[in-house]
Amino acid sequence: MSDQSAALTPRHIPDRLDSPFKRAAKSWETLLLAVAIAIAIANSLASPYFLDPWNLSDATFNFTEKAILALAMTFVIITGEIDLSVASIIALASTAMGAAAEVGAGTPVLFLVGLGVGLGCGVFNGFLVARLGLPAIVATIGTMSLYRGIAYVVLGDQVYKNYPADFAVFGQGYAFWIFSIEFVTFLGLAVVAGIVLHKTIFGRQVYAVGNNPLAASFSGVKMRRIKFIVFLMTGVAAGLASVMLTSRLGSTRPSIAVGWELDAVTMAVLGGVGINGGTGNILGVVIAAFVMGLVTFGLGLLNVPGIVMSIFMGLMLILVIALPLVVQRINNRRRVAR
Amino acid sequence: MTIVRSLLARREALLVLACLLLLAAITARFPAFSTPKNLAGVFNDTSILIMMALGQSAVILTKSIDLSVAANVALTGMTVAMLNHLVPGLPVVVLILVAIGMGMLLGAINGFLVWWLDIPAIVVTLGTMTIFRGLAFVESGGAWVNAHEMSPAFLELPRTLILGLPVLSWTGLVAIVLATLLFTRTGLGRAFYATGGNAVAAVYAGIDIGKTRFLAFVLSGTVAGLCGYFWVSRYAVAYVDVASGFELDTIAACVIGGVSTIGGVGTVGGVVLGALFLGIIKNALPVIGISPFWQMAISGAIIITAVVINARGERVKGRVILRRKELPL
Repeated sequence: MSDQSAALTPRHIPDRLDSPFKRAAKSWETLLLAVAIAIAIANSLASPYFLDPWNLSDATFNFTEKAILALAMTFVIITGEIDLSVASIIALASTAMGAAAEVGAGTPVLFLVGLGVGLGCGVFNGFLVARLGLPAIVATIGTMSLYRGIAYVVLGDQVYKNYPADFAVFGQGYAFWIFSIEFVTFLGLAVVAGIVLHKTIFGRQVYAVGNNPLAASFSGVKMRRIKFIVFLMTGVAAGLASVMLTSRLGSTRPSIAVGWELDAVTMAVLGGVGINGGTGNILGVVIAAFVMGLVTFGLGLLNVPGIVMSIFMGLMLILVIALPLVVQRINNRRRVAR
Repeated sequence: MTIVRSLLARREALLVLACLLLLAAITARFPAFSTPKNLAGVFNDTSILIMMALGQSAVILTKSIDLSVAANVALTGMTVAMLNHLVPGLPVVVLILVAIGMGMLLGAINGFLVWWLDIPAIVVTLGTMTIFRGLAFVESGGAWVNAHEMSPAFLELPRTLILGLPVLSWTGLVAIVLATLLFTRTGLGRAFYATGGNAVAAVYAGIDIGKTRFLAFVLSGTVAGLCGYFWVSRYAVAYVDVASGFELDTIAACVIGGVSTIGGVGTVGGVVLGALFLGIIKNALPVIGISPFWQMAISGAIIITAVVINARGERVKGRVILRRKELPL
């Protein structure tokens, strides 16, 4: 979307590289980690209840579902696209699960319904973007309206809440001690996503598509297939997030998870994923998820209402992108002056 | 025959046809829908969408997007409603100027971030969208401003009839004329098209594309601010969730009207017809007896269809020269 900085600022190529240690110290992930630690310390000073292990365990619930979305969103953004329909997929999948539960479906079936609807939505997004070549922003704004719209058509102002008792395990169960099933799933998925993105050919191709689509297709990367797969991934991730959220809340309204696409994109971008594609890594996104979780939890302990928290999220999204650019600009100016 | 075909290839003609077919289908069952009085009502109801879609189209023409317009409406609307409640003596003109000025400022914030820091517009406005709406909550504390707390003058203005049409409709008509002049008869209008059509060529032609984008956001924000007043005054209530999701409608109107989200393509006529198409559907749903809950799904399906049609149109394009980014240093 922004093609003017590349066109107008000359590229600066350093004479020699910094040492690996110095580079690691200056990296985005280190900065994020420092921020996370600072927030944790501030929180523990602000509220005596913060460091209680069960409290911390509770704190993981409000960001793991979003973080799972963010993991998949990372792939989409690295290919240079965006998926704004994830929150609506959650609503549609949840509605489908609710309808299935009404007719007496058991927990395994509900789980499959949730994932299946997510997969179907992802396939449709992928079809629009990869097959028909539509710009992802508008295509997913359209499906965002469509998916949640269908949920409204089905549910209107009603609510589904007849979930079987053992369905609660996905969102309320614990794997061991204070570690919830949600949290453990997120960590497992983060490891898998990290391996897929950084250690496989597919991962390299995802970067290639985002960095230089022309060069990628000349190198034999099947662009459309890669884009299709990443949209399919966000669909499935949204389906899984929907299973967890629905199970945690125990009810479905069509307005479920409104605005979560913003949180998922914020997490990814906060984690250092360049919105123009081609850059970013999973470690950064995972740390960013923790930062956002800690901020929300800390503000929650201080009784800050949700909508005011969203101001912080919006500010954070803009600031984390703006600050490095401002610093870079000041540095450039200094270099020119010298 | 060729005339018919070339006419059909134009988006405006296609949309006029679609609107007429839609009207015909509705009128067949509900003749009252197409009376001049009711159609004027539909236009009046769609005026806010028309104005904001025109502002949005300026932004999209420059290859950006403004997701914060609905939140802008909520924040400016809440501000003028509260001002009106706290200082009932304040003339409505002052309140409108406040709304316009505030909308302009909010738009300038978006534009400034896009221009000066070159942050992608979608990220900036995704952020400011939540910030603006959050601020509406902060200033109101989540409370509503209801009709009885607003002054009669504040509520009356959009409804005042001039030559049989309400002021709101007239504002919409004036906005259409002004937008047509701006887009087709001024240097800034050409700059909108040039910036989105081919940014590098625009730079070589001496156009400051950053400034052009900035001005597009200022325009979009200003219009949203004015509509903030119209919204709370027309619906006689102000609350935090006012116009929630309306940014999608403005984008939908643009996309249906043939504005390309890749930038540089689109006409005022198309946007107005796109907005009217949505407006007719919105007004027809309750008449036909379809639950309003269908509206979201329908507009989603229409957006997707329109984007598909747009993409097919874009495939046959002229040769693009100067597409490569070239370093001027």
